[in-house]
Amino acid sequence: MTAPAAPGRRRAIWRRLRRQRGAAAGTAVLAFLVAAVLLGPWLWPNDPGFIDVRARNMGPGLAHPLGTDQLGRDTLARMLAGGRVSIAVGLAAAAVALGLGTLIGVLAGFFRRLDGPLMRLTDLFLALPVIPLILVAVMLFRETLSRGLGPQAGIFALIVLAIGVTSWMPTARVVRGEVLGLKERDFILAARAAGTTEAALITRHVLPNAASPILVSAALGTANAIVTESALSFLGLGFPPDFPTWGRLLSDATPYLQDQPGRALWPGALICLTVLGVNYLSEGLRDALDARGTAR
Amino acid sequence: MLSYALRRLAYAVPTLLFISLVLFALLDLAPGDPMAQLPLTIPPEVRADMRAALGLGEPAPVRFGKWLWQLFAVEPMALADSAFGTDLAAGSPRLISWQTRAPVMETIVQRLPQTLWVVGMAYVVGVLIALPLGIVSACRQNSVFDRAGTLVTMVGYSVPPFFSGVLAIVIFSVHLGWLPSIYDTTHRVTDWSSFTVQLRQMTLPVLVLSLQTTAQLSRFTRAAMLDSLHQDHVRTARAKGLSEVAVVLGHGLRTALVPVVTVIALGLPQVFGGAIITEQIFKVNGVGHLLIGAIQAGDLPMVQTVTFLLAVLVVLANIAADLAYGLLDPRIRHG
Repeated sequence: MTAPAAPGRRRAIWRRLRRQRGAAAGTAVLAFLVAAVLLGPWLWPNDPGFIDVRARNMGPGLAHPLGTDQLGRDTLARMLAGGRVSIAVGLAAAAVALGLGTLIGVLAGFFRRLDGPLMRLTDLFLALPVIPLILVAVMLFRETLSRGLGPQAGIFALIVLAIGVTSWMPTARVVRGEVLGLKERDFILAARAAGTTEAALITRHVLPNAASPILVSAALGTANAIVTESALSFLGLGFPPDFPTWGRLLSDATPYLQDQPGRALWPGALICLTVLGVNYLSEGLRDALDARGTAR
Repeated sequence: MLSYALRRLAYAVPTLLFISLVLFALLDLAPGDPMAQLPLTIPPEVRADMRAALGLGEPAPVRFGKWLWQLFAVEPMALADSAFGTDLAAGSPRLISWQTRAPVMETIVQRLPQTLWVVGMAYVVGVLIALPLGIVSACRQNSVFDRAGTLVTMVGYSVPPFFSGVLAIVIFSVHLGWLPSIYDTTHRVTDWSSFTVQLRQMTLPVLVLSLQTTAQLSRFTRAAMLDSLHQDHVRTARAKGLSEVAVVLGHGLRTALVPVVTVIALGLPQVFGGAIITEQIFKVNGVGHLLIGAIQAGDLPMVQTVTFLLAVLVVLANIAADLAYGLLDPRIRHG
């Protein structure tokens, strides 16, 4: 097999992926959520921060399809705005984790001398208690960063970094395993014989072939980051109160559970739907890629 | 086996040191001054004395060393003192909480039983449900039961504890009114009726915490069982004419149990992490609650110690998983 990532093969994976109902449903749900969150401000132009004191704690109605909160802000608009932040945090944190994990995985898999120390480092990071550590980091650095970058950008950068730096380990392991396998294959040997530099070998030959497991771990990482951010916001250590995210909305709604359970259920349900969609998608991806593994 | 165990234990030391270094560095690099909230009327020389009393004047490596000494030597000795009535740690400075002005460990020891009860119970319940669920699912692969089980575990796996907790409160406390939503830690079990009260207030937190354990573990058990049921020795057992129960439990499960036991051990710290959130939802007055309170109050010694203890838990779970693996699989310990 000289051209492992040929278009035909890619199409075969795509076909297998499409045949899986779970993966298709997951993708549809995710696409719907992302589209709703992106197009939300056009579809529902209410300002999520607009305070209407005369319409406080309203149930679902025509003017406010999902009701309003204790300050009279429109819940639907806040959900759309919150979703944008939650998904952005998830993607950004997953990108950080993916970058770190891929870098460390490729280095460990490609250079034998670095393998031992880097994998030891991965094990050490896996032993860190993640949620308490992120909580501590947020508590310690929140004020400085929000003074430096502005309250929203500061906390965004802090949360994305904290989640990214504590969640790259599974990606690194997966990538290292994949690179170790690829390194021995003939086409790498051929490229090496043709005089390809190490850097080009990695970027042009190794990484494209390791793309699929990286993709799976990116999907799982995004879901994981969304859940972690929501957990932080739920504990009151995430974004500031006037800055909606799904976790923040859920946590803000818990004191009003008795009268307005819907306010808590909607953001929670959306978090779950996102995670469920990602899980089904990545499971389908893994199965589609697995079939390639057995065919090899 | 002994040398294998000792090797694993020795490996834990650098891990613990690394974690304590990360914790210390994180707190040390952080901006912000523990004296910032004191009134400005305090004269500078008194302020300097106070800084010295807090140990803030010394260089970082010295403070790190002192903290390690307190954490690894003084606190265990003090613990032994209180347990056996000895006098090992007499006079040594303890880790003092900035909130309560009492030794950090005393507060933690007070809070630990509540967490252990709820978390431990949840874990036991979760494992007890997950194992049979996974086994039956694997034996009847693609049956209605298997499909329903897979769907339920996938959902359970995707619902984070902060939502399942809120959902459980909405359903069982608000709508049905069956169970209390607040865990009363001052409640004492003295007779049958107080025991049922305790049982009722534990139900929701345990339910929420065990949901995630159950989902993860039963998925894993199912996969491991499917692997092992397709192996040759299981076919041989069937060919010998053993009963299906003996084949599945005696031959299939035994092989499948090796990875499952490791996952059970490794999952424990994760449940403690989940317990931080669950305790917050149900107002359980445990260690997680203590951590959040300390973080909000800026009580660094408390935060440091609780986080470190959680890290110790992760390391212990790793060792337990390795030991279980070695015990169950001779290839590992001799390899």
